[in-house]
Amino acid sequence: MNDQIRKLTVAAVVLLVALIVGTTYWQTWAAAGLRDKQDNAIARVAQFTIKRGAIYTAAGTPLALNRAKKVSDQTFYFRRYPNGNLASDVVGYSTQARFRTGLEESENDYLTASNAHLSTVLDRTLDVLKGATIVGNNLVLTLDAQAQRLAIQALGSNCGAVVALDPVTGKVLVMATSPSYDPNLIERDYPAISRIQANCRPAAPLLNRATQGTYSPGSSFKLVTAAAALDSGTYTLDSSFNDPGYCIEYGKKVTNFSDQNGPEVFGQVNFVQALQHSINAVFCEIGKKLGAHVILDYARRFGFYAIPPLETPVSERKPSGLWRNSRLFFPKHDFQVDNGRLGFGQEARLLVTPLQMAMVAAGIANQGVVMQPYLIDRIVAPDKSTLQRTKPRELGRAIEPQTATDLTTMMEAVVSGGTGTAAQIPGVLVAGKTGTAETGVAHVNTTWFVAFAPADAPRVAIAVALENQHGTGGATAAPIAKTIMEQLLRRPGP
Amino acid sequence: MSYRNRELANLIVVAILTGLGFASVFIARQDVISTASLTYGLFFLGLYLVAHVFTRLAVPHADPYLLPLAGLLTAVGVIEIYRLKPSDALRQSLWIVIGVAVFGAVLLLLRRDYRKLENYKYIFGLGAVFLLALPALPGLGQTINGARLWIHFGSLQFQPGELAKIMLIVFLAGYLREKREVLAQGRLKDLGPLLVIWGAAMLVLVETKDLGSALLYFGIFLAMLYTATARKAYAFSGLALFVVGSYGAYHFVARVKERVTIWLHPWTSHPVPCPLSGHPALRQDCQSYQLVKSLYSIGNGGYGGPGFGKGTFTTPDGHQLIPFLNTDFIYSALSQELGLIGSSALLLVYIVIVLRGMRLAILAEDGFSKLLAAGLTFGFALQTFIIIGGVLRLIPLTGITMPFVSYGGSSIVANFVLLAGLLLVSNRANAKAAGA
Repeated sequence: MNDQIRKLTVAAVVLLVALIVGTTYWQTWAAAGLRDKQDNAIARVAQFTIKRGAIYTAAGTPLALNRAKKVSDQTFYFRRYPNGNLASDVVGYSTQARFRTGLEESENDYLTASNAHLSTVLDRTLDVLKGATIVGNNLVLTLDAQAQRLAIQALGSNCGAVVALDPVTGKVLVMATSPSYDPNLIERDYPAISRIQANCRPAAPLLNRATQGTYSPGSSFKLVTAAAALDSGTYTLDSSFNDPGYCIEYGKKVTNFSDQNGPEVFGQVNFVQALQHSINAVFCEIGKKLGAHVILDYARRFGFYAIPPLETPVSERKPSGLWRNSRLFFPKHDFQVDNGRLGFGQEARLLVTPLQMAMVAAGIANQGVVMQPYLIDRIVAPDKSTLQRTKPRELGRAIEPQTATDLTTMMEAVVSGGTGTAAQIPGVLVAGKTGTAETGVAHVNTTWFVAFAPADAPRVAIAVALENQHGTGGATAAPIAKTIMEQLLRRPGP
Repeated sequence: MSYRNRELANLIVVAILTGLGFASVFIARQDVISTASLTYGLFFLGLYLVAHVFTRLAVPHADPYLLPLAGLLTAVGVIEIYRLKPSDALRQSLWIVIGVAVFGAVLLLLRRDYRKLENYKYIFGLGAVFLLALPALPGLGQTINGARLWIHFGSLQFQPGELAKIMLIVFLAGYLREKREVLAQGRLKDLGPLLVIWGAAMLVLVETKDLGSALLYFGIFLAMLYTATARKAYAFSGLALFVVGSYGAYHFVARVKERVTIWLHPWTSHPVPCPLSGHPALRQDCQSYQLVKSLYSIGNGGYGGPGFGKGTFTTPDGHQLIPFLNTDFIYSALSQELGLIGSSALLLVYIVIVLRGMRLAILAEDGFSKLLAAGLTFGFALQTFIIIGGVLRLIPLTGITMPFVSYGGSSIVANFVLLAGLLLVSNRANAKAAGA
């Protein structure tokens, strides 16, 4: 019988080894998949036993810290956000009740030390073996706390967003959205957040309007049209136009912007003046001449039709472009698009995010090269050593340097003597473009100001978007852009 | 060194490990538990010494590793139960005391010649059937988690299947030793008993509604039949019969079907009918809730695990995250706290016990002893596979216990009896070898 017993032994050992294999599967291969399951309360709770990394602005203002709480047998680390709504829609939250959003979600691996860097893996393994508390890595953002605070104040009870970039590197210096919320309330008093009121309905404070808000760009889109017009060689700064005060679209008159005296009429103008005064009739003609394809191709070069690269969760970023049935739509033929209205940014399906418009300004400021925007300057290990520093990366060249120089000249004219004079900063050359997008409701507009400064050596590019405004972009958005640019230009130079 | 001195040395190592385990729980949870935890270490040392005295008296030549390894498993079980629910650990310790007492009693009673049990094989066979039928009796049987495996007297719960398993093995060892030549010839009429026992296993399956128990009894039977007759055809045709029977049960026993469905598709992306609430729900929030939560627990362990006392089983406000941790899912609790390294080490302990058990089956001289040792060892391995395999989603989940580790009196006592059986066989084989 010994022979049979030996075979039986093999069978029994095979069964037990299968258990080791099964355990290995769940604890290694499948572990990450299990951790990400929505109903995995264990992983969620276990994360709070990790001393989560802190999040700071560029100069060290704390945005997210921990609050240790001893509960019966374990120490849990819950989040506290000492600066409340300062950057709540960027940082997001990490709570028991509502999981995570923002950088708290997308950078969770770094914040909980489960990233794959060798030094982190070693530290974590040592901590586990020692039974010590695992300590996450800290994030240092590119945000400028003072300018960020200023932006939140300036937005006030308006709904809208401000995005300011360093055009040379792509650093996000300001990303403010309004209304914002105090992330400490998520766990403590969630209904208080849903009661937040602002100049729009729903107020949606959890929406990061800078990356998720899609608005009609209005005349601010003329920058893209002008870029296409110049870069394709179809027009030059000296091209002359005759503005009758309207343009004919599908056999009907589309009039220029109207003031108290009715529609403006400028007559004979050159290209610089056309942008300076934001003449719809001229851009309507340019749109019809170029066609949607050419314009949208240039838009694409600036980053349209792709979700902009950024460290926040992909679900919290939206691409810009023409939208149809909640989907992006790139026309096969020019006739599918209202080319004239597209030319001056009023094609009804054209929706853009403030981040995208800031990228347009930054691309022009950076001699035609659009840099990838980024929010995380560096990731710092618990022992204060820098684990990873973000290197500026090009998203791509949108336009030739000469086109960028020409566009800068045109944008300077807007601020020095056109629709954007409210953005003038004493002693600094500012290049900008206004936008006043009709919403379909009379006298209610989405207003824009897109700019960069100093125009001759740009250090800041900015986009301001405001919902439900009665004034123009030059009157409402330009002063906000000015204040924030002034603040950002006070930073010490590189 | 003599066998027993080696056993003593091993037991001291195990007692030190036990003390360290309790100390680790104590350090991690000193806010909620008292220094009483440290006395557990001493208590276990004392208990092992008592068991050691029994082996010295009754089975001086027996294998020196089995008792320390079993002691290690019980200690790991009590440490984890203590960590999860201190009050249960006290009851479990009492059951271990009873287990050691029964262990001693069996050793002392049978120390001269356990082989006389062979004469009473039919009594054991009938006893096994009787015990298995007990939960079916109205008023006595109890259905827990949908399986009818328990009986209760007053407040005392008992799972008779655990003892029935050992009685069945004794019966089979005796019966097969006697009939092996006849059975080995493979005449059709001799297949009768095989069909009868298959029928009995199927009855157990339908009766208890528990696929695991049926698989355990039938698996032990097939393994012993193969060992006795060397005919693979029996093993394979038996397995085929079992598969056919299970397929039938899948269609006719709702609970078996439910278990298989949970096993195959624990997660759904759309709400499915939920019999627990009556409303549609995701299956992971309904029927497969336990299994899925237990997998999350295992996954959370990672390579190293946080260590005894540091796993995550409750929310910060004290809410339980995994149900039935003490009993069916003790492995998922251990696996989370000890990680892959610790769980593998634990499973290696089981493998070593199995290897020692099979080794003494080979060393034993007579057919009854060989069959008895091989049957007990294989039953031990198969039971471990069925419960942990269920927790790991290798097979459908069933309600049997993890030998020596799970919380539960009948299981602890039965496993100590099993251990005593192995030591008796080992003692005789080694004594013969030493004498010759």
